[in-house]
Parts: sequence; structure tokens; C-alpha cells
Amino acid sequence: MIGSMGRHMISRRRALQAGAGALASLSFMPKGARAADELNLLVWCDHTGAALLDPFAEKHGIKINTKEYDLPGVAYSILEQSQPGDWDVFVADTGDIMSAVAKGYLGELPDAEMPWADIFPELKQPDSHYKDGKLYAVPEKFGYNTIAFNNTKVSQEEARQAKVMWDPKYAGRIAIYDYYIPTMEMVAIALGIKPQEITKMHLPAIKEKLVEMKKLSSLVGDVPTTQNALVTGSADIIVGGGEFAVAGLMADKPELDWVLPNEGGVRWSQSIGIFKDSTKRDLAIEFVKYIVSPEGQGRLATADCYWAMPSNSKANLDDAQKKRLRWDQQPEFIAKSYPYFFGDAELDAAMQEVWTEVLGA
Amino acid sequence: MPKTKLPGLKSWGHAPALAWTLLFFVLPLIAMLVMSFSARIDGKIELTWTLDNYRAFLTRADGTFVGALWNSIEVTVITTIVSVLVAYPLAYILAYKIPKQWQRFALVLTVLPFWTSYVVRSYSWLLVLSENGIINQFLLWSGILDTPVGMGNSRFATVLGFVHFFAMLLTLTIYANLVQIKESYRKAAADLGANGFQAFWHITLPLSLPGVAVGAFLTFVLAIGDYITPQILGGSKEMLLPQAVMLQIGRQADFPLASALSMILMLVITAAFLVFAKRLKMERV
Repeated sequence: MIGSMGRHMISRRRALQAGAGALASLSFMPKGARAADELNLLVWCDHTGAALLDPFAEKHGIKINTKEYDLPGVAYSILEQSQPGDWDVFVADTGDIMSAVAKGYLGELPDAEMPWADIFPELKQPDSHYKDGKLYAVPEKFGYNTIAFNNTKVSQEEARQAKVMWDPKYAGRIAIYDYYIPTMEMVAIALGIKPQEITKMHLPAIKEKLVEMKKLSSLVGDVPTTQNALVTGSADIIVGGGEFAVAGLMADKPELDWVLPNEGGVRWSQSIGIFKDSTKRDLAIEFVKYIVSPEGQGRLATADCYWAMPSNSKANLDDAQKKRLRWDQQPEFIAKSYPYFFGDAELDAAMQEVWTEVLGA
Repeated sequence: MPKTKLPGLKSWGHAPALAWTLLFFVLPLIAMLVMSFSARIDGKIELTWTLDNYRAFLTRADGTFVGALWNSIEVTVITTIVSVLVAYPLAYILAYKIPKQWQRFALVLTVLPFWTSYVVRSYSWLLVLSENGIINQFLLWSGILDTPVGMGNSRFATVLGFVHFFAMLLTLTIYANLVQIKESYRKAAADLGANGFQAFWHITLPLSLPGVAVGAFLTFVLAIGDYITPQILGGSKEMLLPQAVMLQIGRQADFPLASALSMILMLVITAAFLVFAKRLKMERV
């Protein structure tokens, strides 16, 4: 999960969509939703490119309709106001899969047909993909909320130390990613608190550090805004940035870089599943299998919208792509990173409250 | 007979406008109002007729929501004033200084920036204002500055982005008003001994105020509810209320609180309308 507030390129249309969730059903209905030769995807923006979709569409002689969403709340608004069968494939943050299962949206996947042997073990996260022994989603892509930086201004050694996030040396040169969960968890890790151990008791210390960071920062913003700051020189560091923020730009901007601090970072992942009420279940399953295949994984990892690591360790990536994704360091990075921790509703609300206070500080 | 049918025809003539307003304004507004009295219970939204969401505005997040409203009002008022100050001279020049045959072309040039995407325009400003942007490059090249100055991600940048957009809007409304003022008024003032400034101050300006009021009100309404510009250009250095609304929708999908905050924003807009309508007689436009 890159984050609910930041995965998207902001647009007036999208902002209006988010704000008008209750009225969304008409515009969110996929075109030709019930046509037999079409597959309807409710997905993040990295699943909308022709390079990823066309090979599958051509092979099966179908049309693929995509509806891109940027906030989990928006996705649920769309689903609540759709008709059963409108949607076939769903991509969501791994941490939100069980919530979608609990709401009765997702259907069972054929466990034996998924390439589990090739998927990084740490991403399997059975608690997030299985319920009552049934598989509901497969991990397809992952990455890190960590430190992205300009390597002509910040050395890699400095970037590998979590304290760079509040180093006065970089006052006015730090952009902070504005999704509270990974950013607060990064601060927690730097303070020696594992994300899954965060309680309400820890929040005052995290808040204090965040306020300190905000005072040193040049901005707090979403992915495009922080990306833009790094590219244009308004910032030298993105706290909470990672491969998703810079890997796609590194060919033209070799000074952009990312790394995981020695203390660790937050690992996001997204998973793919099919809708329970899909009328094209077999085709939807085939699409899921395509996405987690080495061929689909290579294309998904290098999608125009954002690059990130494929979950399948045998993804088709060339050497240049592997370098930009720091592919050879994945065993170390995975071992040192913590999956997103979603606390219960009470802790989540308390974390958002703290984040709101920090933004208002 | 026409006289007996006219009233009926007249009311039917209003029907599409009424239906439009009902469907796309009144009903959504009622839906939002009802939502603002609801609560999120175990992740589901239930209508409980609670005032908790309005209390939250006053008490939650260490007063951040109230602060966000004040920030919104401040930024909007500054934007409106600066936009009027920029737009009025431009509209005046368009109406009175540009030859009539060139006015249409000049108007097109004035509104040309409207043709570009709002988002693209905001990001463009970010590029212009950045450390590597054209302004800093010029200041460094000319020796005025030794080191670049960050101008983006600030209230200044937000206001600049707003003014760029709304000055165009205001120019149109003020221009439309200015060209309706009969030239004979100014001539009569001149005949009575008024100089150019006096004629402007006592004749043109008062008669053009309704156009200013309409444009200023539109600017106020659109700016106070805008999320995109402060999000892109403000760098979250301060929170505005639309950003607080979006924050509630984000992960938690807290539509009840977001609706309550939106209703409060609506109240401010209503108050602004009453002020503009009462003081400046907008019905004359």
C-alpha cells in the first residue's frame, strides 16, 4: 500500500469523486458492465496501462474496463452502490482484503493454481489472504515506505539512518508523505517501536517527533507532490517515499534514489482477488493468474503509474529494471521491514486524530 | 387567450431550472445534512440524529478543525481582495481602453488560461516557484539572490494559484458590468466639471460594484471550498477545511464527520452570500 491519500495523481475530478461518494454510483458503473466479452476491474492506477492489459485482452479476445480508485473509502462507496456482477476483479491493499471479505465482496480463488512457490514467503501473510481455509486474494506487488532522496545532496550512508528524517542539517529540504499510517509507523520504527506493537500509549511520543519533523519540512504532501518536490529541488528527501516515488523516474533522473534505513521501514503490499458475484469467474481467475505470472509481474512492477517490486520472485525484469528496484537487496530489505500494521478501529481513529493534530500544528 | 395562458406557461418555463436545482442541489444538500447527523458504528454509517459530528468540529484534534476553518476564511478573504485588485484594472482597460474591434480578442486572451487544466496549472506554479524554477533562476542570474528561495508550498503559493484563476473570473464579471454603464454618464460628469478620477470614483466605480460583488462572491465560494490548490501549492504547511474534509474520507470513510464539516463550510458560504447580497445589491446585475 502506497497509501490512500497519495497513490493517485490528484485531479479535480478525483477529488470530486471522493467527496461525492454517496452520489457516485452512476458515474462509477463500468461501461458495458454486463457484456460477456468484457472484464471489469476495480483497481489502483498501476493496473490501467495498455502494456499490462493488452496482452491479456488480445489473448482472450476481450475488452478490459478499468475503474481506478485512490482511496479505500471511495472503493467501498463504489461497491456499495454497484449491482452484483458489475465488477470482476479487485485490487486492494493487502491489509484491506479481510475487510472486503467480511463485507462479502470477494470470492474464493483456486489456491492450487497460484504460484506460491515463487512468491516471497514474507508476502504470503495467510491471515490477510485466507479465511476459514479459503483463499480470497493473492499478493501481487509490494514496496516500502522508506527514504527517497537526491543522491547528489544526501549520501546513501545518511539516508540509511532513520534520524535523517529529523536531521536539522536538512531543515527545509524534507518532504513528508501525507499518509498517516506509514509515516507514523516509520517514526515509530525510528523510535524503537515495532509497528505491530504501537498502542495509544506510544502516540504522544510519535506526535512529538512528527511535529518536530513538520517544522523542519518543506512540505507535507501526497505522492505526486512529494515526487515533484524531489524532482524540482524543493526537497532532497521524501520521508515515506520509496521505490514507488522514484524508480520510474531514475532512467532520466539518476540522482533520484531510495533506500531502506538500517533501523527498518514499512513494507506495503497490494493483493488481487475476484468478486464473489462476478459473472465471468473463470476469466477473472485467468486474469489473476496472468497478473501473478512472471510475464504479468514484470509488466505490473514497471507500470507507468508507479514502479514497485513484484511479489513473484521470478518476475520478468531486465538488469536495468532490477537495479532501479534494488532487486538484489530484497532479501535484506524484506527482513528489515515491517508489513503495514492496521490497528483496530479505536487505534486507527486515534492515529488519525494525532495526524490531524500534526497537520494543524 | 395569451393573457390567461401566460402565467401557466411562465411557471412551466421555470420547471427545468427548478428540477435541475432540486435534483442536483437541494437533494444532495439534504443527503449531506442527514449524513452529518449520522454516526459510524462498527464501520457502518447509521442515522442516529446525533450532534457529535458538530461537537467534534469544536472539540476534536486539539482545535485543528476550528483552526482550519479560520485558515480557510483568511486565505479566501486575501484571495478575494487580491483578485479584485488585479482584475478591476484589467477589466477597466478591456472595457474602456481597448478599441471595440479588439475587445473580443483581448477577452479571449484574458480567459486563455481557463483552457488549461486546473491541476496542470497548479503544478505549473509549483515548478515556477520551486528552487530550480524560473523566478529563482532569474533572481540568481541577476545577482539579486545568492541562494534560491523556496516560494512554493506556502500560503503565498496557495493565494497566488487562486488569484491566477479567479482574477480571470472576476475580470469577466467586472467587464460585463462596465460595458453596460452608459458612456453618457461619464460625459455628463465631465460636463459638470469632474476630472477623470472623479468621474471614475463617483460614477463608474459605484455602478460597477454589482459586477465586483458577483465576481467576488463567486471567488469566495469557489476558493473556500477548493481542495486541489492548497493541497498542491500549500504543501500542508497549514490545514484548510476542505483538506480536513478529505482527511475524514480518506482511509476511514468517515462521511458523517466529513458532511458536518462540509455543512459548516456551507454555513460560511451562506453568511458570505447574505453579506454580499445585502451590501452590494447583487440583484442589479
